[in-house]
Amino acid sequence: MPKRTDLQRILLLGSGPIVIGQAAEFDYSGTQAVKALKEEGYAVVLVNSNPATIMTDPELADRTYVEPVTPEWVRKVIERERPDALLPTMGGQTALNVAMALARDGTLERFGVELIGANARAIQMAEDRAQFAAAMHRIGLATPVGKTVSSLAEAVDEVAETGYPAILRPSFTLGGTGGGVAYNRAELEEMVERALELSPVHTTLIERSVLGWKEFELEVMRDRRDNVVIVCSIENVDPMGVHTGDSITVAPAMTLTDREYQRMRDAAIAIIREIGVEAGGCNIQFAVNPADGEMLVIEMNPRVSRSSALASKATGFPIARIGAKLAVGYTLDELPNDITRTTPASFEPVLDYVVVKVPRFAFEKFPTADYRLTTQMKSVGEAMAIGRTFKEAFQKGLRALEAGRAGWEAGQSLGDDRLTSDSPEDLRVALRTPTPERIFQIKRALVAGVSVDDIAVASGIDPWFLFQLEDLLAAEREFAALVAPDAADLRRMKRMGFSDRQLAALRDTSEQAIREARWRWGVHPAYKTVDTCAGEFPSRTPYLYSSYDDENESEPLGAQGIVILGSGPNRIGQGVEFDYCCVRAGLAFRELGYKTIMINSNPETVSTDFDISDKLYFEPLTLEDVLEVVRWERPKGVVVQLGGQTPLRLTKPLEAAGIPILGTPPDSIDIAEDRERFEALVRRLGVTQPANGIARSVDEAVAAAQRIGYPVLVRPSYVLGGRAMEIVYDEGSLRAYFDKAARVAPEHPVLIDRFLEDAFEGDVDAIADGRRCVIGGVMQHIEDAGVHSGDSACVLPPYLIGDRQVEEMRRYTHAFAQALGVVGLINVQYAIKDGVVYVLEVNPRASRTVPFVSKATGVPLAKLAAAVMVGHTLDELGVPDDLPLPGVAVKEAVFPFTKLPGVDTILGPEMRSTGEVMGLADSFGMAFAKAQIAADGSLPLTGAIFVTVNDSDKPTVLPIVRRFHEMGFRIVATEGTARYLRARGVPAERVAKVHEGRPNAIDLIVSGEAQLLINTPLGKFTQADDYAIRRAALMHRVPYTTTMSAASAACDAIIALRSRTGSVRSLQEWHERTTAEKQPPAGAKAPEPSPTPAVRA
Amino acid sequence: MLLEDGAWFPGTAPIDFECTCAEVVFTTNLSGYQEVFTDPSYLGQIVVMTAPMIGNYGINPDDVESDRPRVAAVVLRELSAKPSNWRATGTLADWLATARVPIVADVDTRQLTRHIRSKGAMRGAVAPGERPSDQVRAALAASPSMDGLDLASHATIGAEYTEGPLDARHHIVAYDYGMKRNILRLFLKNGCRVTVVPAGTPASRIRELGADGLFLSNGPGDPAAVHYAITTLRELADGSLPIFGICLGHQLLGLALGGDTVKLPYGHRGGNHPVRDLATGQVLITSQNHGFAVRGDTGAVPGAKALQVTHVNLNDGTVEGVKHREYAIFAVQYHPEASPGPHDAQGHFEQFLQALDTQ
Repeated sequence: MPKRTDLQRILLLGSGPIVIGQAAEFDYSGTQAVKALKEEGYAVVLVNSNPATIMTDPELADRTYVEPVTPEWVRKVIERERPDALLPTMGGQTALNVAMALARDGTLERFGVELIGANARAIQMAEDRAQFAAAMHRIGLATPVGKTVSSLAEAVDEVAETGYPAILRPSFTLGGTGGGVAYNRAELEEMVERALELSPVHTTLIERSVLGWKEFELEVMRDRRDNVVIVCSIENVDPMGVHTGDSITVAPAMTLTDREYQRMRDAAIAIIREIGVEAGGCNIQFAVNPADGEMLVIEMNPRVSRSSALASKATGFPIARIGAKLAVGYTLDELPNDITRTTPASFEPVLDYVVVKVPRFAFEKFPTADYRLTTQMKSVGEAMAIGRTFKEAFQKGLRALEAGRAGWEAGQSLGDDRLTSDSPEDLRVALRTPTPERIFQIKRALVAGVSVDDIAVASGIDPWFLFQLEDLLAAEREFAALVAPDAADLRRMKRMGFSDRQLAALRDTSEQAIREARWRWGVHPAYKTVDTCAGEFPSRTPYLYSSYDDENESEPLGAQGIVILGSGPNRIGQGVEFDYCCVRAGLAFRELGYKTIMINSNPETVSTDFDISDKLYFEPLTLEDVLEVVRWERPKGVVVQLGGQTPLRLTKPLEAAGIPILGTPPDSIDIAEDRERFEALVRRLGVTQPANGIARSVDEAVAAAQRIGYPVLVRPSYVLGGRAMEIVYDEGSLRAYFDKAARVAPEHPVLIDRFLEDAFEGDVDAIADGRRCVIGGVMQHIEDAGVHSGDSACVLPPYLIGDRQVEEMRRYTHAFAQALGVVGLINVQYAIKDGVVYVLEVNPRASRTVPFVSKATGVPLAKLAAAVMVGHTLDELGVPDDLPLPGVAVKEAVFPFTKLPGVDTILGPEMRSTGEVMGLADSFGMAFAKAQIAADGSLPLTGAIFVTVNDSDKPTVLPIVRRFHEMGFRIVATEGTARYLRARGVPAERVAKVHEGRPNAIDLIVSGEAQLLINTPLGKFTQADDYAIRRAALMHRVPYTTTMSAASAACDAIIALRSRTGSVRSLQEWHERTTAEKQPPAGAKAPEPSPTPAVRA
Repeated sequence: MLLEDGAWFPGTAPIDFECTCAEVVFTTNLSGYQEVFTDPSYLGQIVVMTAPMIGNYGINPDDVESDRPRVAAVVLRELSAKPSNWRATGTLADWLATARVPIVADVDTRQLTRHIRSKGAMRGAVAPGERPSDQVRAALAASPSMDGLDLASHATIGAEYTEGPLDARHHIVAYDYGMKRNILRLFLKNGCRVTVVPAGTPASRIRELGADGLFLSNGPGDPAAVHYAITTLRELADGSLPIFGICLGHQLLGLALGGDTVKLPYGHRGGNHPVRDLATGQVLITSQNHGFAVRGDTGAVPGAKALQVTHVNLNDGTVEGVKHREYAIFAVQYHPEASPGPHDAQGHFEQFLQALDTQ
């Protein structure tokens, strides 16, 4: 069946901000879908509030709405754009939920919008546990879902069927409250009683436990003709009980016989038919009992997912792209396999390699969070590795994580592996609890002589994987014992995935020495192609991975090639925004006639889509792996400034190896990163810097802080995302910081800065070509200095910084760009206090805000950066000195607090946000309101405001509270705050603090009597109170602010929302406006008239 | 591992073996190595597994397609020495060693596969030693080519036997040219009584058995070389008996009705081949294992006017299924019995039994 001609305009929903469980994979799938639909001639309307994505690049969709992905705002887009169809399957659960809400409330019907890809009935059946279980029962498949019971007797009967341990899930309680695992009759009685009591409808679900079973996933696609293919099978190394996003996973399945696999395949086909996904893909999860092979269906997602992105990268079968084409009517056999181009998409990929995905966690940023892995996903990113064998892929995957391990190696201390002892007894106990470190604990257990059987029993991990690990350990021991390893020994180890660094550690030598020996002996990896067909057909797409095998299939590109180093696995502080930069620049290089070579290890991203670059190397971003690719390709140069800290760290060693670095000279990067060299530069340019010092011991640090004056900001040098950064107010806290947060040593210096209290922060992104520098945007942070720039909301243009200071920031930025000889992007951070502009840091590389600024101004900074890096000038490119700004853009950060129990929500200098959203409007209030809504922090229009702030914030909060009062909000406050407000004419009701008895502040929040919380820390004695209040607000979805400036902005936003209904406008229209009018709209602050001449050499 | 064109692929020998020469083919099945190695259609072939990790789940007594490994040798990338599966009763290496089937491991099987894909299927030798010896080269040169080789006579059974209840719904006679056990399992599961006869059984004996239908099994070798079978089938395909053929059975039927067979450049072996059912337009993902094919296209089988093409391969357009224009006779090139491979095409067994019902 050819494509449908009754559709012209298709609405696509993105997934909004990056959060745990919904990350860059939806940028990848959404981008593929937009491209696939455009290729077919459809007009594509896109809604996504996340500016860091490639899909929201205005050159991609026809109309790009950076607006909240909520039913209300998407309805506005539908009203305006009148699409014929809505494709809801590309934007994760967010898009699916919004589409379902719009289907239920009649919006889709009213505007004649058809759901394509998956219909409402299918989505409903897949999402509703009971309906899904019933559907599975109809086709003869079993699920662990038991029965909803309302009495102990019923519960006991049900458990007689399902057996112990039994899982309890009380109905309609928030966050799984009252649920648990009952291992015996006594526990069951107790837990059922509590569950029934806690459930508002007094019922609880009893489920069969499948903890410890093997977990598998299949990616399935179906077309309108009922053709079904299985794209990929994935086996989880961790058993059931660990979320698949947190598990190490392997493709294809390693431990299934054909009989077992085909049974699963048959089940998957029956499921997609029964649920009724008519044209698209789905992911189905299975649990298999390792003792007898019994198979249960766990769940099905009728949309693309993290796993489908992984499967696409693992097989070369682009699920989202094909899914989009199926949604508009094509059948699988009508679509070509994009890799072979000669065979059709109606086939099942076969792999002649092994893929291993490893999750990346961020517990170091959340020391109080529960690090045990459960069914609630906690990882923030992942790395994927490809090898010819499991061992090779596994070790590559671990080093690709960039988490300090060069492969499968135990931590330097027991603590690194979350252990206090490595006795076999203690290890056996530790292995029972899944944690990010368990895979390394297994190594210690094997070393300690614990048997594979014991480890398998404790961990639930299939012995097959453990045998593989045992082989690795045996190889290590043999290699370490050799008198003098020769070329054959090295090659044997490399074939098992050992990195040079690991081998160096085993031989007690340097990585450099191992590499030199290896190169001397000519032991290099071969590059193999991911071709979907295990070599059966010729492939046209150079999607490559390394393996120490014989035949190298990669044709080097030589001097026409440009290598772009990606940013590796997503982590807090280094996310999809850097992928945006890499991709945007890569496309630009291609337009300029170069061939691009992408190196990256992150399967979620657009950059690892094989059709984005001329060549894709799916490789870890370690020096070793990058050097091998560059050695083989001999490119014109390597781009290190776009992928964040990961490639930047490789700059020096790459340069030392004689590899040309494109753009800003490596020495300039060093000046910016080296505290002493930087200070000299700042002094030379006559720029002010907060008083600061560098310390190599605790005593030095205390002395420096004494000199600088408290409060001070302390942090280890060379960090990204504010890792271990803290503000300390006195010597005691400073000493305590070294006890718990950071080491200080001659080779690990600590940086100490005067902390500027109550300062505003500003951020400038600019581009330079070595002679001229153009300011991309000047942003003001809404939160005060002291909140990490990545966690602070920010606004473009600045709204509370004086023109003179803005001018000064621009001038300084020009000066830095010139002094550092920047060719490409530069970002400078400033603080403004008492009218003085201080420079905080200079980053001669792409910053987190580049995509935000590009989307606000319509000027693609990363694209221009690519052009200047290969020698074009900004003049040639026609870039004016002043970039237009059509409205007010607000960026808001999004946090993982709901996913990580036990974490305080107060913001600080350590970055903890996972993603961001953008609000674009004519006024600050509306832009901020949109950003809040998009960040899932809806703002109340009426009701009560609960205020509890410390003494120093009381004067600041007064005018804000007064405005709320004038709008008709009730004001509720704790004792001190209430007294203060009342004394100044603002009627405030008093509520008890938590320790003052009940009803208290928490009751107020829990019972929904407060609609907004304004809270700043009250001091040491009430710390627990504050924490409990903020946690309560978080769990009960009461919006809260912890800074005065954010409270004020929230007030502006509420005023804006009350005075008019927000309107939506596409980026294309915003950007047209600047070219057409050259005048900012009313309500927006005018961009600086900018008399500054560009800095010229 | 040495190929007849001189290409040489080093590897390791996990078990002791002697020099063995045969045609070298590759299969892309991801799982199901035990089924592959026991499939009689692989008789006289050195099989290269493109899936890189082999032996993971060991071996068990159930997943066999005949009573012993039939392949001449196995070439693979990495052998799992220690298996894990709840049904496993032993390791792959021990099982193949007992059957004296050579294993060559640690070979760049992707390079070898790409070589065969571009140069075509050819003879090869596996032999122990640091590098190919003159002896091995001589043995390879002297080994027979697959073209014109009748292997069905070697793969078939010695004597006729019958399985299934006397009061079965249908009685089927099956020519065993190297029949996979799962075919028999599926017929029995569908309530049939099956009499399995050797490849050389004359038509008269078939008629004497008085069965409701005739089944032609899969098997190894060049179909055109099995002259006696072609002659017998020409006699039997007169409409008196519904006939269903698979793989070699399909090719023999094509030849019997006047068609021609050709050797494919490197064959179809794997579990992911898309085949279009021309009547419904649907695509089946099929299990395949063949080096020869019936010549023809969507239009017809040249020389066999009575035959209509029902299925084609979407990768290369080759004939995958035919049926008689008048009689209840049909055959498919792929393997609806799967094992290993997907079950999409198992409906053909139903189709055959329905043909018997209406007879």
